Amino acid sequence: MTPGAMAGVLLQVVLLIAVAPYVVGVMRQVRARLEGRAGAGIGQPWRDLRKQLAKEAISPEGSSWVFTAAPVVLLASTLVIAAVGPFISTASPLDRVADLFAVVALLLLGTVALALAGLDTGTAFGGMGASREITVAALAEPTILLVGFALSARVDSSNLAAIVDRIQDNPAQVLSPASVLAAVALAVVVVAEAGRLPVDNPSTHLELTMIHEAMVLEYSGRDLATIELAAALRLTVLLGLWANLFLPWGVATSASPSALGIGAAVFVGKVAILAVALATAEVFMAKLRLFRVPELLAGSFLFGVLAVSSSFFLA
Amino acid sequence: MRSLFRKILTTGRVAQPAPARASDQAADPGVLRGSVQIRHVDAGSCNGCELEIASAFGPVYDAERYGARLVASPRHADVLLVTGPVTRNMEDPLRKAFEATPAPKRVVAVGDCAHNCGVFAGGYGVVGTVGDIVPVDVEIRGCPPEPDVIVAALRDLTGR
Repeated sequence: MTPGAMAGVLLQVVLLIAVAPYVVGVMRQVRARLEGRAGAGIGQPWRDLRKQLAKEAISPEGSSWVFTAAPVVLLASTLVIAAVGPFISTASPLDRVADLFAVVALLLLGTVALALAGLDTGTAFGGMGASREITVAALAEPTILLVGFALSARVDSSNLAAIVDRIQDNPAQVLSPASVLAAVALAVVVVAEAGRLPVDNPSTHLELTMIHEAMVLEYSGRDLATIELAAALRLTVLLGLWANLFLPWGVATSASPSALGIGAAVFVGKVAILAVALATAEVFMAKLRLFRVPELLAGSFLFGVLAVSSSFFLA
Repeated sequence: MRSLFRKILTTGRVAQPAPARASDQAADPGVLRGSVQIRHVDAGSCNGCELEIASAFGPVYDAERYGARLVASPRHADVLLVTGPVTRNMEDPLRKAFEATPAPKRVVAVGDCAHNCGVFAGGYGVVGTVGDIVPVDVEIRGCPPEPDVIVAALRDLTGR
């Protein structure tokens, strides 16, 4: 592993951690402006994190090591994705780890850790949130796998960097039926996995409508900061993956400093545009009734099936 | 959807311009500088204060722009916003909510009832004032207090 390549990995991780809370801040700010409010500014999530790190962390009575370990597992699994994924460069030395299925498994690992922690607290809302989160995850995972098949079939590899490289070489593939169908399917899954409207409302105060929030109700201080950073990082990683799989231009193909610089700038731009678009779309949406969420995810699964079939028959 | 889009375009910003902060500064906000998460506890209020709190966080007064945010759990909170005289059934929940809040924490008593039980003083269901149950750091007076008074008190907490 050359020093330049290692610097590239380090730059990617640091950039993603620095940008992730701002992505949440931008989405809240866009929503505030569209609602006629002034908004707290895009730096507010960072201010919240700094403050939470200075507060004490309380473990509820009767909770075990599962509760304490979950935030760390969630953040660590997300950080691995942030390190290996082709976000600013496809020439990463950790390239071989960046398998689409490994990334899906790492995402699920974080989800399961948090769901177990929700159960571990023993509260009604923790268990309810955990059961809902797993329901959504179980319905979203097959779609990710199908999209993975559709994208990897034409590259003969499930390596993310290989997929991104191939589309960069053949820009016409972006408009191929398989790619467009897969983009729609994965967009719904990104929204579901990141806990955004219409699947989950990240700013709700009503326990009965919560999914992600219900599991983290018992966390405080440092643990809460870890979870909020991990949640912001997951959102950024998912938006970044979507952007680079379907609009891969600007991703660095070498580890030279200038290419990495351009890659980082383009990545920030793409994620910012997607975050603004998602926040704007959310203003026009209400949360779906919980029993309608499977229909939405089944729809995205259908798009995944169509993407796989068209990648075999139309390619 | 088109009508909502038109409404967004024609309405624009409804938040009032931020008033200047009173120059006599409250205590240094310390850790809470720039970010205060608030858990609202209704200890037995008549819901007058709740209406004012709701409009303090509504689009016109927009307390969120000063870094204050309402949260769903006392574990996430830095500040307990307590309203009303403390009733018998809410005495224990209020104490538990205070214990569940991670330090450093503040308690803000909102409204005259929280200060001296107001018209409910001496009622058979009333235990006492908020200060009798948990230590109060800031009091906001009024029956009910106006949203800009609540916003001003929250700005002293965030220092913004």
